[in-house]
Amino acid sequence: MSLISTLARLDAVRSGRAQALATVRHRHLSERPMVFVPLTTAGEAGAPLGALVGTDRDTPRLLAVTQPRDRDLRFAFLAELAETVLPYIDGYADDIEAAERNETDPETGKRVKVEVELCSDAPQLIVPSRAGIEYVRLLGRSMRFRRTAEQDPDTPYPAPPHIPLLGRWLTHYGERARVPGSSLLLAATDLLGRHWATGQSSLEDQHLGALLAWIDPTSGEAGESGAEAALRAELERDGDGQLVCPPAGPATDPAFDNKLLAPAIDRYDRARKALAAAEDGLAADAHLGELAAAERHIRELLAAQMRPTWDAVWRALDLLRGLPEGARAADRWTRDRWSYTGHRDRVRAGEPPQPRRDDAVTAAQKLASRETAQAQLEAQEALDDPLVMAGRRLAGEAFTSEVLDVEMTMSEGKRPSPRPLVTVRTDDAPHLGERTKVYRSLDGRPQTAEFVRYEEEAGVLVLRVTDKMGRGKEPAPGSVPEKGERICWTLFEHDQRGGPQLPDPEATPWTHGGPPGASAERPDPVTAEDIL
Amino acid sequence: MPATALRQRLAELRGPSVAPLPLDARALAALAANPGCKRRALLDGAGVNKAALATALGSPSGFGQSQFAFMRGNAFEARVKADGGTELMRLLYERMGAGAGPGCEPPVAGETHVPDLAAAGPEGRAARTALALREATAAGMWTLLDHPMLALEVAGSPAYLEPDAVVVRPDGHWSVVEIKSFPMIDESADAAKVGAAARQAAVYVLALERVAAKVAGARVGHAVLLVCPKDFSNLPAASVVDVRKQRSVTRRQLERLTRIEDLAAALPEGTTFDVDRPAEELAAAVEAVEAAYAPECLAACELAFHCRAKARAVGAVGALGRSVRGELGGLTTIGEVLAAAEGTAGDPADPTVAALRRAAALRTEALRAAAPTGAEALAGARAGAGVRC
Ligand code: SF4
Repeated sequence: MSLISTLARLDAVRSGRAQALATVRHRHLSERPMVFVPLTTAGEAGAPLGALVGTDRDTPRLLAVTQPRDRDLRFAFLAELAETVLPYIDGYADDIEAAERNETDPETGKRVKVEVELCSDAPQLIVPSRAGIEYVRLLGRSMRFRRTAEQDPDTPYPAPPHIPLLGRWLTHYGERARVPGSSLLLAATDLLGRHWATGQSSLEDQHLGALLAWIDPTSGEAGESGAEAALRAELERDGDGQLVCPPAGPATDPAFDNKLLAPAIDRYDRARKALAAAEDGLAADAHLGELAAAERHIRELLAAQMRPTWDAVWRALDLLRGLPEGARAADRWTRDRWSYTGHRDRVRAGEPPQPRRDDAVTAAQKLASRETAQAQLEAQEALDDPLVMAGRRLAGEAFTSEVLDVEMTMSEGKRPSPRPLVTVRTDDAPHLGERTKVYRSLDGRPQTAEFVRYEEEAGVLVLRVTDKMGRGKEPAPGSVPEKGERICWTLFEHDQRGGPQLPDPEATPWTHGGPPGASAERPDPVTAEDIL
Repeated sequence: MPATALRQRLAELRGPSVAPLPLDARALAALAANPGCKRRALLDGAGVNKAALATALGSPSGFGQSQFAFMRGNAFEARVKADGGTELMRLLYERMGAGAGPGCEPPVAGETHVPDLAAAGPEGRAARTALALREATAAGMWTLLDHPMLALEVAGSPAYLEPDAVVVRPDGHWSVVEIKSFPMIDESADAAKVGAAARQAAVYVLALERVAAKVAGARVGHAVLLVCPKDFSNLPAASVVDVRKQRSVTRRQLERLTRIEDLAAALPEGTTFDVDRPAEELAAAVEAVEAAYAPECLAACELAFHCRAKARAVGAVGALGRSVRGELGGLTTIGEVLAAAEGTAGDPADPTVAALRRAAALRTEALRAAAPTGAEALAGARAGAGVRC
């Protein structure tokens, strides 16, 4: 963390309110995101307990598993989830624009441009916390190798249709979330934490309720500081020992499990057993009523646990929408659209689900592209946001300057080109060495200069501009800094790779020269017992 | 201080009628997580029930276990050990048997020796376990010790530890087995959870080594077998975890714990952590021992909410995280740092102070440049309020 963010945290402690870490929003937010608040069963991997999901903040869809150890009920939950999420994801698949992409022609081996489709927008999933992102991955992993009866009539315990497909999409989203700056799948805590500093540690910021309490100007009771509201969100329990602000999941609070949920599930189990043992229709009717009541009770309990989190996520989105979107966030969103389009194509091409583990080449590619994405993100955020740039200036990686003088010189060689020497004054302390390259943004495109020398007067230095001045002997108008102009130079490159529109390797479908990946993997073995 | 005197002193610290809380491996391992904290070292060493103390102080810990997780853990462990440990021995041999010397034939299903370790009280069980280990090593046959009891001297009093299992190989090699209920998906498990399991297993290794020192031909493996549910099933999957590092860290920690007598001696006469005393008195007693609060305590120590409140009350920068503290050089309170940053205190020749001033100036400049949008943002944000938490 830079000293500037640390100061923001300290300031937050003093004022009792969160402080800005950004002056623009550094992530693209969809106009119609889908919010997904999952809960999981303690101690069981991939045994969902419930979820609120939807695109309308007033009418979330409640999904509940009344007995998490019952495979049929888990499948029913996942089928319902697929019913809700897949139409949303598919809804973006056919709204396309034409785009171009460089590809290697398989016959000639030459790089050629091909016309491809690019989806004009992409579905965006928002979960409450980072643990929620991991849970999306886990759900994806647990579903994508399942077999439906249609795929394989002999499969034991066939999964309902669409479950493997949802698994593939969730896997893709979970994987994409590992790319720095990507926005297909976002956690509300990460979003808030990127833009505001609270007066607590980043560990405590993982609690959505507490984090929001610091940031939301309307949080807490009258006269309460953000700090106090955050403490209440974290710790306050009602007379029953239940947290007033339940955890954002997917893990539940043990007190909820032990005191409320376990008895409710017991009641449901008893009602089911009684129903199964009923001797005649009349008795069965009575037990059916009890079973329905028991089920309703569990659903209500789960809804009450998740609803505060659901509202908090939407509130977080409100707060973030209050910030104008950073200019270059759209560029990163375009990459997300490529990612979405690529996966759409893979599914349509009938590719098998993503392998369990990446092969070495894919893993290396992903790592490399994530590193590039990280550098790109850092550069773009700084260029979009003076507060982020301030951190880079403090680190000696950028400097603002005033142009004192411009002297025209020409390069040597056959075709002399303009190489103006620009004398500037700065109060910053950039780490400049001999011929260090520096960049400035000229109409959104980077122009390069190199460091020549320091002058005697402190803070005065000379740069030589080396490109973006046109082909002629006279520099193109407006391409040379002018006396009195204030310019921010960076020591880091603005674009970390070719064009901004290249798809990431993971988005390259096999039909477009991407790696076919491992051949279809075998499904997970299923065990006969319902208990996981 | 002689051992009996120390024991006497620690008993006073706990309170006259309070039995020492046995230290389990989890607690011992957690000590390694915050080695700088004298408060925890003393309380743990004296066997004080920190959860009860936290409640008495008015800052109850949030720790608890869901009964679902508990049941699942027990069911899985029973399954792994079923049939006289056949499946467990198969996994162990598959993962660890390859390096075994001659005379180490694979275990035959149903022929693993599973000695009865029942005895009265922890001392009795520990003695029974030591005997079983000696016999198994001498007999040179595959032996599975199910929930053995091990003793480890901690701060002058024995701590009793109960690993899930210990396996003795025919060649006299002892292996700790940890059975956990978090999943191993596609052959890898959550790194943080594996780390915690490794720290815990390291404590068992240390305790086993005390026994092995007195048994001819015995060797304790520094690699332990971690058994977890495979993927999304209840089938076991195993992996070998090297705990050498955790072992040496924990050992160093435990050696430091022996200086508890110094910590105890430095306390004012009559200090006690007896939870029957009034809260203010307890708070003063706790305050008398130096702490080293960091946010990591929240996941590791029952006193965390109490220590955090104290750290926040004095404006300790460490409450914001170790990294924050590391950046600020010798400045340890929020007031000091802000005063230095704003130019009202501090020596500008101090590089930390200079950097802070520069950072503060840059931050102010950037915020001022962006001020209009900031105000708009807040105005917009106020619009859809009303979320309770
Ligand atoms: S919570 Fe307090 S007693 Fe516990 S380790 Fe942290 S500082 Fe020490």
